[in-house]
Amino acid sequence: MQTLRFHSLFLRNFTKTYYKPKFGNYNIHKNFFHATRSTSDATGTPPPAEGFMTEVTQSKFIKNTREEALKNPELADTNVSNGDTKQMNMFQSINDAMRIALDTDDTAVIFGEDVAFGGVFRCTLGLAEMFGRDRVFNTPLSEQGIAGFGIGMAAMGHTAIAEIQFADYIFPAFDQLVNEAAKYRYRSGGIFDVGGLTVRSPCSAVGHGGHYHSQTPEGYFAHTPGLKVVMPRSPIQAKGLLLASIRDRNPVIFFEPKILYRAAVEQVPIGDYELPLSKAEILKAGKDVTIVGYGSQIYILERAIQIAEKNIPGLSCELIDLRTILPWDVDTVAESVNKTGRLVISHEASQTSGFSAEVSTSIMERCFLRLEAPIQRVCGWDTPFPLIFEKFYLPDAIRCFDAIKEVVEY
Amino acid sequence: MLLPVSRVVTRGSVRRGGSLFRSFASASTSDSVNYTLPNTSFKTYECDPPSLEIEVKKNDALEMYKNMVLIRRMETTADNLYKMKMIRGFCHLCTGQEAVGVGMEAAITREDAIITAYRCHGYTLLRGGTVHQILAELMGRSTGISKGKGGSMHMFAKNFYGGNGIVPVGAGIAFTQKYLGVNNATFIMYGDGAANQGQVFEAFNMAKLWELPAIFVCENNLYGMGTSAARSSANTQYYTRGQYIPGIQVNGMDVLAVKHSCAWAKEWTSSGKGPLVMEMVTYRYGGHSMSDPGTTYRTREEIQHMRSTNDPITGLRLRILEFGFATETDLKNYEKEARTIVDEAVAKAQKDPLPDESEIWTDIYFKGTEPDVIRGREREEIGVLH
Repeated sequence: MQTLRFHSLFLRNFTKTYYKPKFGNYNIHKNFFHATRSTSDATGTPPPAEGFMTEVTQSKFIKNTREEALKNPELADTNVSNGDTKQMNMFQSINDAMRIALDTDDTAVIFGEDVAFGGVFRCTLGLAEMFGRDRVFNTPLSEQGIAGFGIGMAAMGHTAIAEIQFADYIFPAFDQLVNEAAKYRYRSGGIFDVGGLTVRSPCSAVGHGGHYHSQTPEGYFAHTPGLKVVMPRSPIQAKGLLLASIRDRNPVIFFEPKILYRAAVEQVPIGDYELPLSKAEILKAGKDVTIVGYGSQIYILERAIQIAEKNIPGLSCELIDLRTILPWDVDTVAESVNKTGRLVISHEASQTSGFSAEVSTSIMERCFLRLEAPIQRVCGWDTPFPLIFEKFYLPDAIRCFDAIKEVVEY
Repeated sequence: MLLPVSRVVTRGSVRRGGSLFRSFASASTSDSVNYTLPNTSFKTYECDPPSLEIEVKKNDALEMYKNMVLIRRMETTADNLYKMKMIRGFCHLCTGQEAVGVGMEAAITREDAIITAYRCHGYTLLRGGTVHQILAELMGRSTGISKGKGGSMHMFAKNFYGGNGIVPVGAGIAFTQKYLGVNNATFIMYGDGAANQGQVFEAFNMAKLWELPAIFVCENNLYGMGTSAARSSANTQYYTRGQYIPGIQVNGMDVLAVKHSCAWAKEWTSSGKGPLVMEMVTYRYGGHSMSDPGTTYRTREEIQHMRSTNDPITGLRLRILEFGFATETDLKNYEKEARTIVDEAVAKAQKDPLPDESEIWTDIYFKGTEPDVIRGREREEIGVLH
């Protein structure tokens, strides 16, 4: 069986190829995290897409031209529908969103570790110079303090845009976010809220991040009523969803898959636009299998679908990007599964109690009689996020393909 | 801040030093000298400073010199290996800060405990790890000190509780020492960045409340990642931040001052005076991690100035020559030896195997108590394989 050979070959070659500079999709650019390496103007022409995630550069979901970018029906009713676009990578589009947020809202401020000089991923580059250091400022290394401080600001009705430098370090802030931010409105009977709070944080694997720079902790926060959790897949999405998150009158945790900061480049509308929260997007229509993901995993799933549709003649898969993880768009997914009868869900975080469990159960409840096969989850394994074994841990395209095959052949 | 060697008080046959850069024809036979540390070495808070008069033993000085040189060589090599993509993950180097660990280790015993932050390679070496084990760990080899499963920030040894994230958890270790009635102390390391974490103050409170043999050591390299101490801390006198815990600030670029102060600190806790806060003022030459070039938030001139006027290795080198403990040739030989040790370790580690694939599922739970199902462990879970 061809697929069997493919996978075995992959496993066998793992040890041999792991340390070669160019390995498959994770050709790590030597300057990936470098703070100095970027254009001086954050929204200037981006550096070329870098090849450490080839799925992104080859993706059909990436909008390379103005026409493609503006074809998005969600932009039709916005004031950018006939406007200009500009080539930006994801850190530039996020930067652009924050520039607009500060420009249109005098109460908005940005703070976090090292953000005044641009942040380690350059997302805040130039903003301190543009808006002044009283609106874009560095905090001490104090995640709990950053979250609590933002909650206090937001409780006064201001717009607080906080950055936690890596999602792996959001845990010291967990108490503040879960007990204070999420419950402020409820426990004060609506007298106070922290709707103006948005916490941005880079997440997910980059190929070599190790235990403390790779995790995707959306599942913990998705268990917290009162919070919203959002994860974009591309520059256009990131800008629209971030502006919507900042302006949403609920505390939002906005996870940014850090591998996309430089890997994903699109023609991004230069104007002010928002994309809807809690609305999934059907990226590819299909009739046989519904496939659900979010963030950078979308591109892995796109690749898995290509493999599946090539190997299983006549197969047609439907791919859905959840975009907002809490509260998520059950209707879009249920409608799709009612049509296809099969569901595969994938995320990088560990499988047990991961967000896929929630999707799986909800769809089982809604579509039980329509299901043709057990719902499949393709996730990180139940181990700490490993350094040396990252390639094994991640739900790669082959494992996703395997799950598609499983539901089709059931 | 090079130390004035003219303050040397001689004993035995050691001659009084002349020029700083004078080279000696042959090493002295003396085993120790008395020496007066510069009066800028310490500042204290709510306690009397240690004496500036110290005795420097030849063997100690040479040992510290060798250790500092070896750590620097190892870190420089790690830097190169990272750039060659032989090291993955995040990698925090201690180049420039060698004196803190080396002086501390020289003052205490292996029965005392150390727990540190991410910048842990040097401590691992000093606590009994070998250069090979450390570099193998960095390169993800099964012969690494954490079986290749940890990487840069995750190294451990006996009485060395590893490189940890964000916050010291050493109060618990110190409590255990007190509980067991052993006369040991725990040195709890954190950076000036982490000094602003709330957990530090929680640990201070517990340590003082229960009078634990906890020595909180703030390694102040002036920058918490990319933000200078002055821009992150309302009080940059980290040694005073224990409020109800006495403190001492030490010139962390002077290994003799570090050693002397750590011995004094150990004596402090041993005599039942409870915890202490130390601040080692030091400087890292490189960036916070390999991803940070370290020049966006400080000038190259500043780094160059620190290197040329405050380097801990150069500082000790000049005094060893001054004391006549060794000749230029001896010291050069130590450097050559360090290079050989590191080169051999790299060559060996490169040939070492990667961890066995089964290791991905080990060490998650206590052996024998693992859940029946760890997702991903069974080949059957991967459909295409059956």
